[in-house]
Formats: sequence, C-alpha cells, structure tokens
Amino acid sequence: MYDFQYHRPASVDDAIKTLNGTSDGKILSGGMTLLPTMKQRLASPSDLVDLAAIAALRGIKADAKTVRIGAMTVHYDVHASADVKKAIPALSVLAGGIGDPMVRHRGTIGGSIANSDPSADYPAAVIGLGATITTNKRDIAADSFFKGLFETALEPGEVITAVTFPIPKRAGYAKFRQPASRYAMVGVFVAETASGVRVGVTGAGPCAYRVKAMEDALAKNFSADAIKDIKVPSDGLNADIHGSAEYRAHLVNVMAQRAVAAAK
Amino acid sequence: MPQVSMTVNGKAASIAVEARTLLVEYLRDHMRLTGTHVGCDTTQCGACTVHIDGKAVKSCTILAVQCEGAKVTTIEGLAQGDKLHPMQESFKEHHGLQCGFCTPGMVMAGIDIRRRHPNASEETVRHELEGNICRCTGYHNIVKAIMHAKM
Amino acid sequence: MGQFGVGQAVRRKEDLRLLTGGGRYLDDINVPGQAHAYILRSPHAHANILSIDTAEAKKAPGVVAILTGKDVLADKLGGVPCLAKPQSKDGKAMVDPGRPLLVADRVRFVGDYVALVIAETYKQAKDAAEQIVVDYDVLPAIIDTARANKPGAPAVWDQAPDNRVFHWHNGDEQKTKDAFAKAAKVVKLDLVNQRVVVASMEPRGALGQYDTATGRYTIHTPCQNVHMIQRIMAGCLNDKTENVRIVSPDVGGGFGMKVFAYPEQALMPWAAKKVGRAVKWTSDRSEAFLSDTQGRDHVTHAELAIDKDGKFLAVKVSNISNMGAYLSNFAPMVATHAGTGMMVGVYDIPAAYVEVLGVFTNTTFIDAYRGAGRPEASHVIERLVDIAAMELGISPIELRRRNFIKPEQMPYKTQLGHNYDSGDFFKTLDAGLKFADWDSFPQRKAEAAARGKLRGIGLAYYVECAAGGDEHAEIKFEAGGKVTLLVGTLTNGQGHATSYAQVLEDLLGVPFGDITLVQGDTDRIPNGNGTGGSKSMMLGASVIKKAADKIVEKGKKIAAHMLEAAETDIEFADGTFRIAGTDRKLSIAEIAAKSKDKANLPEGMEPGLDTRDKSDVHAGTYPNGAHVCEVEIDPETGVTEVVSYAVMDDFGKVVNPLLIAGQVHGGLAQGIGQVLLEHCIYDNETGQLLTGSYMDYAMPKADSMPSFKLAFNNVPCTTNPFGIKGAGEAGTVGALGCVVNGIVDAVKHLGIKHVEMPATPERMWRLINGASRKVA
Repeated sequence: MYDFQYHRPASVDDAIKTLNGTSDGKILSGGMTLLPTMKQRLASPSDLVDLAAIAALRGIKADAKTVRIGAMTVHYDVHASADVKKAIPALSVLAGGIGDPMVRHRGTIGGSIANSDPSADYPAAVIGLGATITTNKRDIAADSFFKGLFETALEPGEVITAVTFPIPKRAGYAKFRQPASRYAMVGVFVAETASGVRVGVTGAGPCAYRVKAMEDALAKNFSADAIKDIKVPSDGLNADIHGSAEYRAHLVNVMAQRAVAAAK
Repeated sequence: MPQVSMTVNGKAASIAVEARTLLVEYLRDHMRLTGTHVGCDTTQCGACTVHIDGKAVKSCTILAVQCEGAKVTTIEGLAQGDKLHPMQESFKEHHGLQCGFCTPGMVMAGIDIRRRHPNASEETVRHELEGNICRCTGYHNIVKAIMHAKM
Repeated sequence: MGQFGVGQAVRRKEDLRLLTGGGRYLDDINVPGQAHAYILRSPHAHANILSIDTAEAKKAPGVVAILTGKDVLADKLGGVPCLAKPQSKDGKAMVDPGRPLLVADRVRFVGDYVALVIAETYKQAKDAAEQIVVDYDVLPAIIDTARANKPGAPAVWDQAPDNRVFHWHNGDEQKTKDAFAKAAKVVKLDLVNQRVVVASMEPRGALGQYDTATGRYTIHTPCQNVHMIQRIMAGCLNDKTENVRIVSPDVGGGFGMKVFAYPEQALMPWAAKKVGRAVKWTSDRSEAFLSDTQGRDHVTHAELAIDKDGKFLAVKVSNISNMGAYLSNFAPMVATHAGTGMMVGVYDIPAAYVEVLGVFTNTTFIDAYRGAGRPEASHVIERLVDIAAMELGISPIELRRRNFIKPEQMPYKTQLGHNYDSGDFFKTLDAGLKFADWDSFPQRKAEAAARGKLRGIGLAYYVECAAGGDEHAEIKFEAGGKVTLLVGTLTNGQGHATSYAQVLEDLLGVPFGDITLVQGDTDRIPNGNGTGGSKSMMLGASVIKKAADKIVEKGKKIAAHMLEAAETDIEFADGTFRIAGTDRKLSIAEIAAKSKDKANLPEGMEPGLDTRDKSDVHAGTYPNGAHVCEVEIDPETGVTEVVSYAVMDDFGKVVNPLLIAGQVHGGLAQGIGQVLLEHCIYDNETGQLLTGSYMDYAMPKADSMPSFKLAFNNVPCTTNPFGIKGAGEAGTVGALGCVVNGIVDAVKHLGIKHVEMPATPERMWRLINGASRKVA
C-alpha cells in the first residue's frame, strides 16, 4: 500500500476534526475491508483516522425494546453476547458467520455497514430489522441508509457511532456463501417486527434491499410455505463466475425460506 | 516515521516504521521473527495468524501502529525453553504438518479455537478453521491435532 | 526392527524446528546489503510492445537499476528451455518458440515478463514500477482450449499455424479401429479436465548473488530439483554449471510446480552481477496466480469398445491439451506420455490408441501438477467404465471385475507401453468395498433422502505410474557416532529426513536420532534428480541400501582384519560386526572411526567408511487401489459435499504409515478440490484472469473435507529392493474419477450420465432442475 499519516484520536469530536483537516483521509475501524483494499492499491487515503481508542464506541446495551451496538464493537463480541443471543438470536448467528474467527476478532459493525459492500452480512439485518443508524450528526433509518453499490447516506465528516436494532418477535438469517471468499452470495434476514414483517436481502443486488412480495405473504402466514412460490426477478441482480443473476434470484427464495424456518 | 512500541513474546519492542507497515512486516522484517508467514494478499490463508492480547488475528491485515501498547504472541513465543506448548506437541504427535508453511498460523488458530471451545467437536474445529488454508495435509491430521491437544 | 525402523509410525524429526518458527523459507533469508526486485508484468493477454520508457521510473526513490528485454538481448542471456519434445504424427517438429527471461517485443499472457526493477526495498521497487510507461498495441487473444486450433483463432506465435505445438499419438491405431468395428457397444464421453492453479502455500522466490572473486553465482530458491535448476540456470546465464550454485531452503509446498525453472531464478543472479549486490525477489499471491505454472487444461473425447459379454475390446482417447503461451520445461510430456500412458487403467484391454494435440493460447504456461497427467487419465477410464456399467445395466463392481488384469497375468505389458509388475486388483477391491461399507449404502441413501439430500456412492479403482530413474546418495560418518546422509532428492513436505533415517537405521543400526539428512545444495551434493513423480521414497531407499550394503561389506573386511578373524566368520546385525557365536565385536561407529587410520586396515584398502553411490531403478512402480466416496447434494441449492471417503491402497511396502497417510490425505484434498471447487478462469475476450486471488479461486478448506479412512492391501513391488510403490500422488490420481462417479450416482435417477468439473452449486442446480443443458 501507499504511505499515509496515522491518527488515533481519543473522542469522536477529535476524530471528525482530524478527518476534516485531511486532504483525503478515511476512518479506520476494524480494517478488515479497508486495509485489504489499500494493500491492493485500490485505495490510497492521505490519512487514516483510527477509532480504536474511543471506548465510547464499543459495547452492547440491551433494554426491553432494543439492542444498541457501538460502532466499534467487533463481530465476535456481537456473536458471543448473552444479551444479543437472548434478544435477537439471529443477529448472533449472523455475526458468528462473518469471515473467519480472526476476522471476527477485528471487524466491526460500523465499518461493515459504512462500506455498503454488496456481499456484507450486516446490511441484511439492518434492513431486515429496521435498525437505526446513529452518527455523530443524526439518526438515519435503515430504509434510507443503503443507497447503492458502496454508497450510503453518510455525508462527508459523518461517522457511525452506534446501530440500534429493535427487538423482533422472531427473526432468522440464512446465508449462501460464495465458495471462494465465503462472503454472502445471498443472505436473507427475515424478521417479524413490531411494525410488521421485513425481509432484508444482501449479496444478490448492488446493495441490501427489501422484498415486499415476501413481506406481504409472510405477514399473512409466517412460514416457509407461504413464500415458496414467490420468485424474485433476476433483472439487476449481480452476476459473476460464481453465480448467474438467475441462480441468485433462485437462492433469494431458498435462503428466505430457510431464514423463516430458522426464525426464533 | 511513527515510533511503534509493543510487547512481543514477553519482550518490549520499539521500532520506528512507516505508518503503512503491517504487523507481519514489523515482526518479520524489523524483528526478524520469521516464523509468522505471508501466504496470500486477500486476508484469507491465515499463515500470518498471531495472538494480540490473547486473541487470534491476521497480522497481514493489521497495521503495526494499531498495535501500539499491545501484547503480541507469535509462534516463537509459545514454547517455554525446551518445553513445547501442548498444541505444538499435538501437531507433532498427529503429523499435523508437512511442508510447515501454514503451520504457525494453524497452531496459533488452533490454540484460539480450543480457548473458545474447550471440547471442540470435529465439526466445530473444521468450521473454525475457515480462515486457515493448507495445501499439503488435506486437514485431516490438523483437525485431529487441534481436537486432541492436551490443553 | 526397532521403534524407529521401517514400517513404524515414527514422528518427524523436522517438526520441532518447523513448529517453533525455525523453518527457513526463501523469504526468511536475508543477505547484508541485498536489494529487492519487482517484476513489471503485462496487463494484456496479447500485445506488441511499441516502447518501454523507464526514464521517470529510474529517478524514483531507492531505485538501483531497471532492466528490460533489450538488456537481456544485449547480454545474450538464454531462455528457459522446454525439455520435452514429443514426436508428431505427421513427422513435423514440435514448435518451440523459446521463452525469454524478459520479453522485448510482444507479450503473450497477462503476467508476461516486461521489466525488472531493482531498489533498496520491495515497496520502493513496486512504487517505481508504476512509473514505467509501456506503450502496448493490444492484439486479439485466444483463450479457449477447444477453439485454439480452429480457423480464425488469433495466432499466439507466428511460427505455429493454428496454434499447434505438436500432434502426438501412441498405441495401435489400426488394431483399435478394427476392435471398434467389431464392438457390440461403444461408450462415448466428452469431458473437460479444467485448468487449476497449484497454490502451494509458500509462493515462489529467488535470491541471487554473484561473487566477483570466484566468478560464481549462488541462487537460493525453493525448488524440487537443484541439479536441474543448476543446469538450466547455467544455460540462461551463459556460464558453466560449476559456476552456478543452487541452494534450496525449506520448500513450502511444491506439488510439481516448483520443479520447473522460471525466469526469475535467472534474473536475480544476473541482476546481482550487474548491480554488485545480492538481489532478492519473492512473489506475492496475486503474482503467483499469474506466473506459477498451472495444471491440467485438457479437452477430451474418449470411447470404450465393449463386446457382448461386457469385455473391453479397445479404448481410444483424443485430447486437446493447452500448453499456455509458452512451453514450460515438461508440459508437452505431461500432456502426452504422462497424461495418456495409463489410459487403460487396471483393465485387460487388447487395443488402445491415444492422440494429443498440444495448443498455444494466451494464458499462463501449464506444467505438471500433483499427478501430472495420471489423475486425468484415471478420471477418463474410470468414468468410461461407470458409464458403460450404467448403459449395459451391469453393476460398476461386476463390470470392473470382469475386466481386471488378473494376478496371474502379472507382469502385464499394456497396449500403451507400461509394465505393471504386481497387484491383486480383485482382493484389493473386495477389501476396499468391505472397508467402505459398500453394501449398507442403501440405508444411508434413504436416511439422507429423509433429510432432503441426494446421496450417491462412487467407486474408482485407480492405478498410477510412479516414476523410476536414478538417484545418488552419500553416507558420511562423523564424530560421536553421528551420520550425515546426503541424497539427491529434495523433500518439500514429504518428511524425507525422517523416512530415510528409518531406512538407514534398519540397514546400518545407526540410531535414528544420530542421522541427519542433507539435501538441496549443488555444492554439497554433486548429483541428484530431485523429488517429483512419487519416486523419492523408492529411489531414496534403493540408493541408501546400495550404499549401506557397500558399507557393510567393507565394514566386515575391516572387522575381520581388526578382530583377526576370517571375513566369512563376521556377521553384521543391529549396528554391530561380530565374530559369529562369540562376544568379540565392534560397533559400526567404532569401525568408522578406526577406518580413518590406514594402520587399522587391510593392505591396500582406502581409509574411511564414507560411501557415495548411485542407484538405477528405472522401472516405474504401480500403486493401485480402490477409492470409495459418498456425496450428498442439496437439490435446492446444488451444493455438493463429500461426506465420507475410504481408500484401500496397495503401496507395496510402507516405510512410515503416518507419513504415507498424510500424502494420501493431501492428494485426496487436491482431487476433491478440483471436482467440487477449483477452476482457473480467464475471460474469453480479454484474457484477464478472473480467478486471480483466493477471493475468487475456491480453495478447499477444512470444512470442505470429510475425515478420510485409509487401509492397505500391500503387494510388494518386484522391481526395487524394498518393494515400494510410490505413493505421493496416488490420492489425487484416484479422487477425480471417484468423486465424479459418486456425484453421477446421486443424480442418475434424473437421467444424468455425466457431470463436468467443477461441480459447482449452480452447475448441479441446473442439471438437477433441468433448467438448461448448457452449464454455467
């Protein structure tokens, strides 16, 4: 990778001030996406602003209605958290399937969703549960957050500080792993939330999205059977050597059924 | 160039390195601890696995500067003099290595697996080894070694 | 025999060092004052180089020198040679365009060698390379093996019309034609043995040095044959062999790929001489994907002729084999002799004919990879047999038994020129089926069906040809009873330091712990033939025995002289020379020490017990066995898993059962990987490598494999002193056919007769759901 200036601020305010003072700086959270990209010389930020020293950004807090996860909380801690396992077991399953154990010891939820990587897992849960993304400036609703391929609603000078998940009645996550990278080729997060059924899909399209037809069917009958004949269109879905758009569309249906069957 | 200080295998280290220096480069090139290996450039093969503050991580995808003040353990830091770590013993006993290149990473990952799953089943060990690639052994003996290490 | 002797599961001597970070691989080696090299590679599959401008790059920080093809030509350096030249059917010579160290005029694959940047650090060299301006005139590329020879395909080399390298054949064409004409049934099969990458965990590297005082080059490089590399490097550097020293450090996996000579191994010492300092290069993984030799890549049409009683009459196979853009050292041999010679398998087939068309394409060069042609051949014949069984309505077991070569027919000369010396295929098959619980499969199939899975069972009976040849060894007696064993083979994970010591302990009674293996240095070992083709255990043991026998013979003479007895009264056992029936004895260590002083020796005898010898066991050996696997397919997603794998092998004689099992495990994993996961894919238009990292090239991981069950039914080989059959590649040889047979078994009820590799989820899903007969 190319060289850069490294900063390790003690607070979010300092982090933003520092970031704003750089010519082309980037936030460093877990580094599990950014550092590989920089190693390939596909990104060359002038500065890295490391959030690791900001303790306020780490931690999981659950109350009766929500689970709030600090942006710098690593995947392993989300997976292993007794609170998460109790309140939203599907979220624990999802976090426990990201990457491998070593990646899970470093990768963070904030870093994962800030990138809007089409094959990251968390976006499916963020959409599927209708989470709220808190930044240093505002709260953003899940449905407004993911805009496109590697594109989110985050503005320059804005950093995610926490993600708050409403606790659903039940939820399930099923993922089809790309055989080489083990990323989500298709990942479906299904939840029966206080405000209705939500189906969040990652991996299949340019960014995470909802499948309304499945949500409507599941609202009437929350069972795999209810959606087994609902085909999603393959137009606009990702296609590569690992799977055609048609195959991905098929997998959305299969993984959705399995997510429903696994919901608890 | 930032001065980066950490503890490696119980000894204090402090070296001025470029910010872009990876932890694996700090260890291999600057400290001449060449037991940790680089086998890929997409954070997948696991040959670079070390422990930071007791947890297995991939040193090829961490900057040395991120490890300021951390406790790092590499393969060279496991044996106590002549006495091998039980995981090292187990790999020898079960023929868990052939060419040896993936081995330091496998041993470090194996210790971490057993730390989190003291009675790991074969299925668990195979699943937990997702981040470590071996081309020689077919994994059979590596899995045995990790399952049966007397930890 | 002691606990460290032949046949014991001795734990490895190598492990203490390798487990504690003491391995010494090429990248671990650093020489004071060394500079670092980075190779600028072509981003295009096919292009003319109009100009290379290094002016700006030369000014970059830390740059020591930048060299290009022009400099190579000016210094008249040789290219990397192709050592195999198969004869063509029409008598035309093989097209051998050569392979320059750096290309001056035209690049022919993505990754081709354009410039060499030498700088103080690797990062500086890489940074500087980005400033080199190359003006390319991009040309159309030909990628598809099947289309390379067809009209309209772009020509990779002007001197190779229709991209033809050679068109070779073997067997009896007329006899085969006649047999097909009489056949009651002909089974036909078209298949692709897809290109794979070798992906040893340690990438390649080379550290070159030049000593102006002695005029000698030293090249440290992980390889599988230091003497072959030495000869080739001397040729490239236009110097005498004795002026080139090759040292191989620990090798992090070879699998055939590291046998071969590469331009980097000559570029480093050449650069070192030019810049006056050591120059070091190591490949990163992306570079390895582009520039390591790759494996397989054949398009096959095969036919089996059968009579009315299910007896095979003839087999004929026609392959198109991709060489890549350049010819690597052995590639034409792997595609021809190695790739087709075993095409009759273990069957008594009276006629056979094979032809191979070698073609150029704008892709990375191909060469031997684990099995080097024999997995391909075994895959073809075992698939033909299974399809025949299906079409004839005979069980695949019965059809095999009907056609096995019988023990009483051994030694058996096949129609393709091999001499099988021994083997009892019936007994080994029966033992294998029992070991795999073949008969109770229907229960497991039903239980899997209840879980919604399609379960299949696959059988392949493989025979493989492990190489023979000659090998060199030296046994040296050191102070304190220690022995140094120098052998010309070159372990890259096989554990020779342990297995050879077992052999030597058995032969000479020297304790296992006192024996040290030295290998991989042309200055210390004058001759050798390296490791590859599964020959090292057999040849190593054979040459060690030859030298050891000489030592015992000489030792007896010395003992007789020193003990004042007749030579015929001296017996040797457990490391001791003793006057038979008495207590008067001398240990081999004592004899070795005393032998250095002429006063202790008979008149005219040369002092010392150290012995150097060479052994010729040119006969190849024929390990064989039954592979049985069970697969489960999820019909909703097409995901296929191997859920059990049992192997009953005939390896002749087993020196270390622990090590031999490890070789089989690794071979099985590479075979399973190729059937289910691996595929090296180039874009058909642009020639860009689409699977250029582990993000897209699916490597088998621990959760891709089951645990393996191994057992032996050994029939000693009759053509070498220990009876060893070379096991190193056998796992891969059997695995391709076995797993594909299992997959087809799982889906044959849907009318599916064949499945191409890799059996990816989408491919299987489409086959099962009849969505399309054209696979992804």
